[in-house]
Amino acid sequence: MSVAVEPQVAFEAVIGIECHVQLNTQTKAFCGCTTSKSTANANICPICLAHPGTLPVLNEDVLRKAVLAGLALNCNIARQSKFDRKQYFYPDLPKGYQISQYDEPICYDGRIETVLPDGSTRSVGITRAHLEEDAGKLVHSGSDQLSGSDYSLVDYNRAGVPLLEVVSDPDMRTGAEAAAYASELRRIMLFMGLTEGVMAEGHMRFDVNVSVREQGSETLGTKVEVKNMNSFSAMQRAIDFEIDRQVELHKSGRRHEIIQETRLFDESKSETFTMRRKEGLADYRYFPEPDLPPIHVSEALIHEVKENKAEAPSAVRRRYMDLKLPVADALILADELPVSRYFDAVVAAGASPKLAANWVLGDLMAYTKESKCSFDDLLLTPGSLAELVGAIEEGVISGKIGKQVLPDLLKGNGKEGVKAYMKQKGLIQISDVSAIEALVDDVLAANPKQLQDYCAGKVKLQGFFVGQLMKASKGLANPEVLNKVLMKKLTEAHKAAE
Amino acid sequence: MLCIFSSPCLHQKPAQLARQSIKTACSSSITYRSRLNSSANSVGKCLGARRMAETGMIGQSQRKICKGITIPCAAAAAAPSATSTSLIRQIQLDLRSKSRSAVDITEQYLEQLEAAEPQVRSFITVTAESARTSARQLDERISREGSSSLGPLAGVPLGIKDTLCTAGTETTAGARVLKGYVPSYDATSVARLKAAGAIIVGKANCDAFAMGSTTESSDYQVTRNPWDLDRVPGGSSGGSAAAVAVGQCVGTLGSDTGGSIRQPAHFCGVVGIKPTYGRVSRSGLIAYGSSLDCVGPLARTVEDAALMLTAISGRDDLDATSSPRQVPDFAEGLPEASSLNSRPLAGKRIGIIRETVGAGVAAGVSDAFTRAAKHLESLGADVDEVSLPSSDAGLPAYYVIATSEASSNLSRFDGVRYGLCKQGANIREVYNETRGEGLNAEVKRRILMGTYALSAGYYDAYYKRAQQVRTLVQREMYAALAEHDALISPAAPTVAYRIGQVVSDPLEMYKGDLMTVNLNLAGLPAMVVPCGFEEGGGSQGQALPVGLQIIGRAFGEADMIRIGHIFEQTADFAQGKPEGFR
Repeated sequence: MSVAVEPQVAFEAVIGIECHVQLNTQTKAFCGCTTSKSTANANICPICLAHPGTLPVLNEDVLRKAVLAGLALNCNIARQSKFDRKQYFYPDLPKGYQISQYDEPICYDGRIETVLPDGSTRSVGITRAHLEEDAGKLVHSGSDQLSGSDYSLVDYNRAGVPLLEVVSDPDMRTGAEAAAYASELRRIMLFMGLTEGVMAEGHMRFDVNVSVREQGSETLGTKVEVKNMNSFSAMQRAIDFEIDRQVELHKSGRRHEIIQETRLFDESKSETFTMRRKEGLADYRYFPEPDLPPIHVSEALIHEVKENKAEAPSAVRRRYMDLKLPVADALILADELPVSRYFDAVVAAGASPKLAANWVLGDLMAYTKESKCSFDDLLLTPGSLAELVGAIEEGVISGKIGKQVLPDLLKGNGKEGVKAYMKQKGLIQISDVSAIEALVDDVLAANPKQLQDYCAGKVKLQGFFVGQLMKASKGLANPEVLNKVLMKKLTEAHKAAE
Repeated sequence: MLCIFSSPCLHQKPAQLARQSIKTACSSSITYRSRLNSSANSVGKCLGARRMAETGMIGQSQRKICKGITIPCAAAAAAPSATSTSLIRQIQLDLRSKSRSAVDITEQYLEQLEAAEPQVRSFITVTAESARTSARQLDERISREGSSSLGPLAGVPLGIKDTLCTAGTETTAGARVLKGYVPSYDATSVARLKAAGAIIVGKANCDAFAMGSTTESSDYQVTRNPWDLDRVPGGSSGGSAAAVAVGQCVGTLGSDTGGSIRQPAHFCGVVGIKPTYGRVSRSGLIAYGSSLDCVGPLARTVEDAALMLTAISGRDDLDATSSPRQVPDFAEGLPEASSLNSRPLAGKRIGIIRETVGAGVAAGVSDAFTRAAKHLESLGADVDEVSLPSSDAGLPAYYVIATSEASSNLSRFDGVRYGLCKQGANIREVYNETRGEGLNAEVKRRILMGTYALSAGYYDAYYKRAQQVRTLVQREMYAALAEHDALISPAAPTVAYRIGQVVSDPLEMYKGDLMTVNLNLAGLPAMVVPCGFEEGGGSQGQALPVGLQIIGRAFGEADMIRIGHIFEQTADFAQGKPEGFR
């Protein structure tokens, strides 16, 4: 009896991501209720509660934002599309149907460039992005889920808030690639000003579809949906776990155990677990929403949106690399809009990009992290930082003094000008050669013994003189000038001694 | 059965939209009852008699034209200066001349309402107290500010179909699941009537969620046809039509998804207008079939209906499907009977829809319709026949689309936020119990049909195909209306059904919508004007009214209304009022 030897089969994962982006419009998608944070059921009206006789009317800003998102995702914008009703019963869904877009999404066939931590890039296709409305929120008492709870309360504040569902092509192969896609998508939405983007608040909700197949195979394996990931690192871990789980099942001949289901990610265990099985395809009985006329996107609107469109994060990254910044720096600077905006303003105010990047990525980023604030909240204006950087570059102050004075400036001091503030504080560096010559003369005269030793060959004493000089100048002497003058004077003294 | 188009030539396969002269057909097969004035020559004589009657010159307020039929004389109690037959115009004159106060008028109608209600049961809710308050406030305003700023419907008592939301007044749509539901807002059409000064006297009965053709599907009460209390008033706006027929109010709002204004108008002998889709806001109309639903007026005269339609029409920011088109004053320039020449419709081309006449149409309806067509011709119109071959496909397409949309629109009645709520061990049970008890058999039937039609695997065969038929029907209608100023047809194949006659036979009932649904599919305006009677058709030998359906071009209500008005003002044979009511 011969035992069949399993050939070493390599597997690959196929990953696609659906993301619900909450658009940050002032009012809901189809009524005039505010979208701002409020106490439960404060932002409701007969329309979003689906009272009899009420009708939806599309918020124009929703359309504009969808067009902007589509352009930012390099999608085609459908000049004509429509809304459909997706029907199911659930207490958080007031009408018994969700207004969505079924077969005519407003944006389709897009592509974005994602970037991995090592700076390499991947291109991910966007299948479509369509508009829909959010449902309310269920608060279950006595259980995390509807089943098993004593009772459930519904908060309809979120019902009718506009969502853009962005569906990627199944172009990703690893958890890292998926996380890179997700973070780039968030970055794009934030840079375009389309969402608040707070994951914990549910502003962006990612559903990941993972399947595994033998490398080289054209057919797709059974896909599993993973939900409930509250960060990109959690997403990466969830996917990697899921890939391993599925590959193991393949390898051990139990691939039939991979079933179409929805799994949740348990952050503490770094595992996914079954939430519900999908028994056949749910029949949502989509049909065109008769209460809303077809959506026409005019060339004028597209033109207007294009004109006012902010710079994409990928373009920002490229721009920073063109400034000869290291790749790692460029990635971090272009990671978050407030940082990038701040950095751009510092450079625009005349600072050298390299020095500005050092300050922004170093001291300022540390400060914002420590004080848990955003670059938008900094009291040190980009103009002031540029002045500070310029002063160091010009030698008006030393880098050391710059770092010393930074906490003061971050408290909002020096608003009338950094140099004026330094001067007022007596922190301006002494770079004047004759002043430093006088200083050096004084120090050499005050230390004849050391000078004599130096001349006798103890050149190490140069450091001693520098120390004395810095002390005498209260640290304000320009080190470069000081060194130059000191060397000159010591050489003269040495020559004289010979 | 007397069939007006039994001539063999008309049963030849026609070229699409062929225009054929009605004369050929009529000459061979129609006999006219001698007492009916339908020739051009007699029109003038009729008008004279009519005017005398209206102005009280023949010394009586009602004139019997045959057994059981009397002419309503709106102006009888009024100053003889009023030559219009419009009750609303009369009220405006009276308020301005101070011959009657708003309170007088309201009390008069409330009295008629209360008197007729035990027999007819038109209203689910009567808002007598708030009507009295509104009337009193109006009188105070008149005494304070004079009458120069009065709205066009000032002091006019009106009823509202219960499918339309009224702020602070229970609104049920005739359905148990909405028992006790009090809206926080007025439907736009209701708000506009109020803004025009109207006084709301109550909420009219209807089939639950407007699903029915008899008003027997109301979960509250059966409304009876004032012409024959053993018969239904039609539906779904049966309460609205009956209330107008017995003078419980001057006019009512109805809603029309497949004929729900026009068929009851025909059954009850009143005027009903279904405007162009989009002309009147649907905001506040409890949805049945959203792409078909229209709000429109029912009234005693065309002019009254036109005045109401003018008040409620126009773009509404709360309804994205409402049209921004300019709204003309539909009642402006409607000629008084006395000003008409002998051929007031000269130059008008009117097409009879061939598919709506002939086999399947009851003799009484057929006779009255033929007479009406002949009358239009005598008024100078060029009447011919037009074939709309897709007509018959309209009815099934209508039932697929209407029920599909209904299955979705009625999902919101789940017991979670308002209306009936049955407790259950879990949410599924709450749904099942609430909807099981709150929705009646006819409503459930339509939800099931619609759910089926939209289901995966059936969508293309039903919903999609129905939409294709809809496009076809619409195209044919538009093409016919490119050649004609208006099309006409009977409003329904029969006069009013007996109570219980069709309610247990849904297919029979659905077939009654044959002549009306295509206009909803096409979105076109259509109105029903009384055009005669089926003599002795009632249970006690009463005459039962028959209505003429006039179809206009999209947003061409003004022309359609003018034709209807001229017909009404000259067709004395069509006038009447049910006996036994004040």
